[in-house]
Amino acid sequence: MLASLLRIVALIRKEFLAVLKDPRSRFIIFLPPVLQCLLFGYAASFDLNSAFYAVLDQDRSPASIALLARLDGSAIFHRQADLRRIDDIGTWIDDSRALLVIQIPRDFERHLLAGEPAPIQVIADGRNSNTAGTALGYVETVVDDFNADWRARQGQPGPSLRIVTRAWFNPNLDSRWTMIPSLIGTLTLMGTLMLTAMSVAREREQGTFDQLLVTPFRPFEIMAGKAIPNMAIGLGQATTILLIAQFWFRIPFVGSFIVLYSGLGLFLMAAVGVGLFVSSISKTMQQAMLYAFLLVMPFALLSGLATPVSSMPDFLQTVMVINPLRYALDLTKRVFLEDAGFAQLGSDFLPLGVIGLFTLGGAAWMFTRRLS
Amino acid sequence: MNGWLAKSRRIRALTLKETRQILRDPSSVAIGIVFPIIMILLFGYGLSLDVTRVNVAVVDQDASSDSAGLVGAFRLSPYFAVTAVPSIVQATTLVMDRKVDGALLIPSDFTRRLRSNGAELQILVNGTDSNQARIMQAYAQGPVAVWSETRAGGASAGPVIVVDRMWFNETNNSRYFIVPGLIVMVMTIIGAFLTAMVIAREWERGTLEALFVTPMLPGEFLVSKIVPYFGLGAIGFVLCVLAGQFLFHVPLRGSLFLLCLAATVYLLVALGIGLLVSTWVKSQFLASQLVMTLTFLPAMMLSGFLYDLRSMPVVIQWITYVLPARYAVSLMQTLYLAGDIGGVVWLNLAVLGVMAAALLAATRWATRKQLS
Repeated sequence: MLASLLRIVALIRKEFLAVLKDPRSRFIIFLPPVLQCLLFGYAASFDLNSAFYAVLDQDRSPASIALLARLDGSAIFHRQADLRRIDDIGTWIDDSRALLVIQIPRDFERHLLAGEPAPIQVIADGRNSNTAGTALGYVETVVDDFNADWRARQGQPGPSLRIVTRAWFNPNLDSRWTMIPSLIGTLTLMGTLMLTAMSVAREREQGTFDQLLVTPFRPFEIMAGKAIPNMAIGLGQATTILLIAQFWFRIPFVGSFIVLYSGLGLFLMAAVGVGLFVSSISKTMQQAMLYAFLLVMPFALLSGLATPVSSMPDFLQTVMVINPLRYALDLTKRVFLEDAGFAQLGSDFLPLGVIGLFTLGGAAWMFTRRLS
Repeated sequence: MNGWLAKSRRIRALTLKETRQILRDPSSVAIGIVFPIIMILLFGYGLSLDVTRVNVAVVDQDASSDSAGLVGAFRLSPYFAVTAVPSIVQATTLVMDRKVDGALLIPSDFTRRLRSNGAELQILVNGTDSNQARIMQAYAQGPVAVWSETRAGGASAGPVIVVDRMWFNETNNSRYFIVPGLIVMVMTIIGAFLTAMVIAREWERGTLEALFVTPMLPGEFLVSKIVPYFGLGAIGFVLCVLAGQFLFHVPLRGSLFLLCLAATVYLLVALGIGLLVSTWVKSQFLASQLVMTLTFLPAMMLSGFLYDLRSMPVVIQWITYVLPARYAVSLMQTLYLAGDIGGVVWLNLAVLGVMAAALLAATRWATRKQLS
C-alpha cells in the first residue's frame, strides 16, 4: 500500500517535471487562459452598447426633430448621417455603414397633430439578426417614451403600465456576470482535457510509455500518476481565472470556496477522465489531439455558454447529458452569484461524479486490456 | 527545362506521399470529412439564439378584471407558458429551483394605480442567466402591448408607430447568420489545426531532417504540404455549402464564384497560420495549443460568428482587425445574406489576400532558415 503510494508520488513528480520543465510549455498552460479570460470577458456579450444609424428625415418638422433628438439623447444610438434620397438607404445598410436607417415620411407631423397614427420606417441590417433585433427593441422603447410624452402634452394619458424588472443576484443583468464565472469551467476544460489526452499519447509516440509499462507500476498507479498532476494543473488554471474574475472584473463572489472547489474537483476528475479515455483509444498525438478536439468543441459550444440550452433541439439536449461542462457552468455560476450550497447543487454534483467514475473506469479498463 | 521537370516531379512525389499519409491515418479522414459533418449538424441545429417558449409563474395579487385580462394576454402569447401560483413565496421557489424561467407579479394595487396613472407589472428573474432574463424582458413587451391595445378599445398604442423591416433576414432566424460563420469555423480547424499538427509531427519524429538532405527546396516542401490539406479543406467547404442549402435553407444571395474565391483565400490564410506555427514551435503539443489560441478561439469569439463585433469595447475591436476570421465571417455573412456587395466583398478579400501572401512568405522564410 505504502509502496504503491510512493510509486504514485514518484510518477506525479515525473509528470510535473515533464510538463513544467519546458518554459514554453509552462507559458502555454497559463498564459492562454489569462488572455482568453480577459478577451472573452470583454468580447462575449449580447448586450448592445452602441448602434450606428442614419436618418432619412423627409418631414423636417419640429416633431420629427424632437423624436430624433430623443434617439440621439440615448447613450446607445449614434447618428452617422442625414440621408437625402431613398436610394441611399440601400447603400448605407449594404455597406454596413449603419445598423439602422430610420425613415420619417413627409406628413409625419401632420398626422401627429391630426391625432392619427404616424408611422415611421426602421430598416435594420439583419446580417446579424440578433443584434438587429436588439436594436429594433431599443428603438421601440425610445418611441414609446416619445409617445407617452406626446400624449401627456395633448392631455390624453393613454395606458400607463410600466414593466419593472427585478433580477436576483445580478441586478443590472450584466452579461459579464454570467459569462466570466462560466469561463472558469470552459477554459479549464479545454486546457485539462487536451493536456491529459496528449500526455499519454506523447509518451506512447516517444516510446517512453513502453518503458513505463516494464516498471513495477500497476495500470491503476500509472493512471493516478497521470490524472492527479493534470487535475492539479486544472485547479491552478481555475484559480487563476477566479482571481481575474474577482480582482480585475470585480464580480462579487458570494458563495463558499469549499463548495466551489469540491465542484471543480469533481469536474476536473470528469475532464481528466475524458482526456485519459481519449488517449487510451488513440495511437498518435495527432489522433489524441483530434479526438480531444472533437469532444471539447461540442462540449464548449453546446454547454449553454454561448446560446441557451433550452433553445437546442430536444435530441441534442438529451445527448448533452454527458457534457461535464454543462453541469460545471451551472455550478460555478450558482456558487459564484447565488451562494448555492451542496443541497441545491445535487443535480450538478451527481452527474459530474458519475461521468468522472465512468470515464476513469473506462480508461483504466482500456489500459489494462492493452497491457495484457 | 530539366530543372523544372525535376522540380515538378519532386513536388508530385511529396504531394503523393502526404496525400497517402492522410488517407492512411483514420484520424485525418475523420477531421476532413466526418468532422465537418458533425460540426455542421451539431452547431447548425444546436446553436440557436431563438428562444422558443418562456416558462413563467404568474402571481395575480389584484385579481381584478384588468389583471385577469393581462394574464390572459400572456396566456395567449405563443412565447409564454403560464403557470398561475397563489403566492410570491411559491413563485420565488419555482424560479430558484429553475422550474420556471421567471415570474410575473401583478401587485394588489394594480387596478387602483392604473386609474391614477402608473401601474406596475413586475418581472422577477434569476439574473444568473442574464441572457435568458433579458430575452424574457423583451418578450414581455408583446403581451403587454396587446393588452393595452384591447383596453384602449382597439386603438393602437401610437401615435408614432414603428414599422420595422429586418433586411436580409426577414423572419429573424438566427441560423441565417450562424451557418455562414460555421463555414469559417470548419475551414479554420481543417486548415490551421490539422496542418500545424502534421508538420510539428515531422519535426518531432525527425523525418523533416531526412527530407532536407534530399534535393528538395523549401518552396516545394510547402507546396507539397499545402495541396493535400487544401483538398481536405475544400471538401469540408463543399459539405458546409450543401448543408446550408439543403438542411438549413439559408439563402445564398451572392454569387457562387465569389463564395468559392473567398473560401479559397481564407483557407490559404488558415494553412499559412498552421504551417508557420508548426515550423516555429516544432512540438505537436505546443503547436496544437498555439493554433487553438490563435485561430480557433478567436474565430469562435472575436469574429462576429456569434458575438457582434460592434458591441465590443473599442480596444477589443482593434484586436479583431488583426484576426483573419473577422474578415472571413464578414465576407461569408454578406455573400450569403446580402449578396455581392462590392464595398464589403473586395475590401475583405483584399485584406485576406495580403494576409495569405504574408503568411506563406513568412513560412517559406522560416523553413529556409531551419534548413541552413
